[in-house]
Amino acid sequence: MTAAAEGSPAFGMTRARRNALLRSEPVQGFALISPTFLYALILLVLPILVVIAHSFWTQNYLTIDRTFTLENYRIALTEPIYRDLLWRSLYISLTVSLFTVVLAYPIAYFISFHGGRHKSLWLFLITIPFWTSYLLRVMSWKVILGYNGVLNSGLMGLGVIDEPSTALLYNSTAVIITLTHAWAAFAILPIFVSLEKVDRTLVEAAKDLGDGPIRSFLRVTLPLSAPGVISAALIVMIPTVGDYVTPKLVGGKDGVMIANAIQAQFGKASNWPLGAALSVTTMLIVTLIAGATVLILRAAQRLAR
Amino acid sequence: MPERPQAERPMIEIKSVTRSYGAFKALDDASLTIKEGEFFSLLGPSGCGKTTLLRMIAGFDNPTSGSISVDGQSMEGIPANRRPTNMVFQSYAIFPHLNVEQNVAYGLKRLKLAGSEEKRRVEEALAQVSLTGLGKRLATELSGGQRQRVALARALVMRPKVLLLDEPLSALDKKLREQMQVELRRLQQAVGITFVLVTHDQYEALAMSDRIAVMFGGRIAQIASPKEIYQRPVNRQVADFLGGMNFVKAEIVEENGASLVLDTLGFGRIKTDKPKAFVRNGGAATLGIRPERLRVLWDNATAKFEVAGKVVERHYFGEITHLIVEIPGLEKPLSVTETNDFGADDIPVGTSIRLAYDPEALVAMAD
Repeated sequence: MTAAAEGSPAFGMTRARRNALLRSEPVQGFALISPTFLYALILLVLPILVVIAHSFWTQNYLTIDRTFTLENYRIALTEPIYRDLLWRSLYISLTVSLFTVVLAYPIAYFISFHGGRHKSLWLFLITIPFWTSYLLRVMSWKVILGYNGVLNSGLMGLGVIDEPSTALLYNSTAVIITLTHAWAAFAILPIFVSLEKVDRTLVEAAKDLGDGPIRSFLRVTLPLSAPGVISAALIVMIPTVGDYVTPKLVGGKDGVMIANAIQAQFGKASNWPLGAALSVTTMLIVTLIAGATVLILRAAQRLAR
Repeated sequence: MPERPQAERPMIEIKSVTRSYGAFKALDDASLTIKEGEFFSLLGPSGCGKTTLLRMIAGFDNPTSGSISVDGQSMEGIPANRRPTNMVFQSYAIFPHLNVEQNVAYGLKRLKLAGSEEKRRVEEALAQVSLTGLGKRLATELSGGQRQRVALARALVMRPKVLLLDEPLSALDKKLREQMQVELRRLQQAVGITFVLVTHDQYEALAMSDRIAVMFGGRIAQIASPKEIYQRPVNRQVADFLGGMNFVKAEIVEENGASLVLDTLGFGRIKTDKPKAFVRNGGAATLGIRPERLRVLWDNATAKFEVAGKVVERHYFGEITHLIVEIPGLEKPLSVTETNDFGADDIPVGTSIRLAYDPEALVAMAD
């Protein structure tokens, strides 16, 4: 035994080095996250790489020409139809996030400040619409906003209008209404969490220093819950830009969004490279807007001090 | 009508205030008057109702019955933001999104002062609490003691008629706390504002207050000056809360207008002042004597009044030593506090000693 150990000092040293490597914290950390890391790599990073690669290629009927070209991006950025669709998507998603946050804030505020012992019950009730499929919820808006829908017959019954309005369904307003409802819970939760973190004695201190309920809200509660408002706005804005089902079902021809065009390129039009270029462009613009929002709000916070 | 002397003018009048939560009474029929310019403390263990009372003066809570008035004006229906009181919160409640200056100026914004006047008042308040030059610091960059000073400046800058302090020193370490006690007292005398302090720390209350209200279980047990509260507690509960006290069972021999004559086993017959609130409960009463009012007699020294006993325990505390002395006839041994300048820390356990006392130091109290 002793002779063997003495006879192979090199072997002993590599083993010691290998053990040290295995014991080092970064290696152990990577080993621990490797299953999830591989999962994310295969299902998130690889598809994005495939899309990015396609966006630089050309479709030749059934084959794909793999020579590098920027032609797809030229079309995506200069063709009026895609530009308009992109603008409309941004307009719809920004409007939706604004409305969602404005409507979600009072609900979150009520639960946080006046929910008492029933806070979790209230939060639970808010998730109830999510027990059914998203499609069903969109379809039910069709029932409400449609030509013979609940809203039209209700308004006619009240004598507000004489004949059913067609302005309710199949346009961007219908998309905005449906998306605002669909994303409400996603905005309520982050705002609720940030309101929960607001120390109630700070509100009392504001009151003690002479502020009425509205002033103390504007000067203390609102600024301190701003992080929740920002994350709520981003959580709603980022996915709604690329929403595809809602405009398809309630948007009509005036409510078509960029995702519908992308779907068409990958489907009927069978031009994967153009679809890929449109996807990458949308992704980049959303990233830029989200990044800019965060930076602007941070600067605003610093200025407010 | 001639104006009453300023020091006697009542600033806060609390008349039989009760606050109940269902069947539980957080405050039960409390009445007291706090004079203008007074440093008044509400002292008691947690849950005694002292914070409830303070919050009702501030307007964060309302009495179930009874009335509160500040400076002659009834506070009924007046919300916290329109009361002439300001509060220093236990957690300090410094606004984390504002810097020191903005925190102090918070309440001034509503008064719409000229910019220079606002700046002057903020700087004056910061100087009062020795924070000059720290105006631009963020609340998150301050130490506990500094946060406490910001909270104080933020309230003082409003020039309130009453400053309410909710355990303002409890989060500070011992040394800083003692330093702040002195500073707070000095500041109160400089600005002349009525201070109402809530505390559970008897030494804090004794060191700072003009008068103290001791509270237990929602009721006020005694309102008096620190010296009187310490020396002449009305009952065992108050005596116990205000530091160590030796209790001696006594039998009432004679009771008349102002005095009591009592018989005890260890101290013999004692004649003592009858406490104001003394309620006779049969023939028995309790006498109390503070441990530091008993003195060890060395060698052949004698005193007019003395008791003899045997040291059974000795506890060393640096500048003082606690001796536990068994006295024949007393059911409980006496606790004696001696300063260590004469060698009380060297008395061996088991030594027979004699203790001198002043019969004046023995106070009768209700059981």
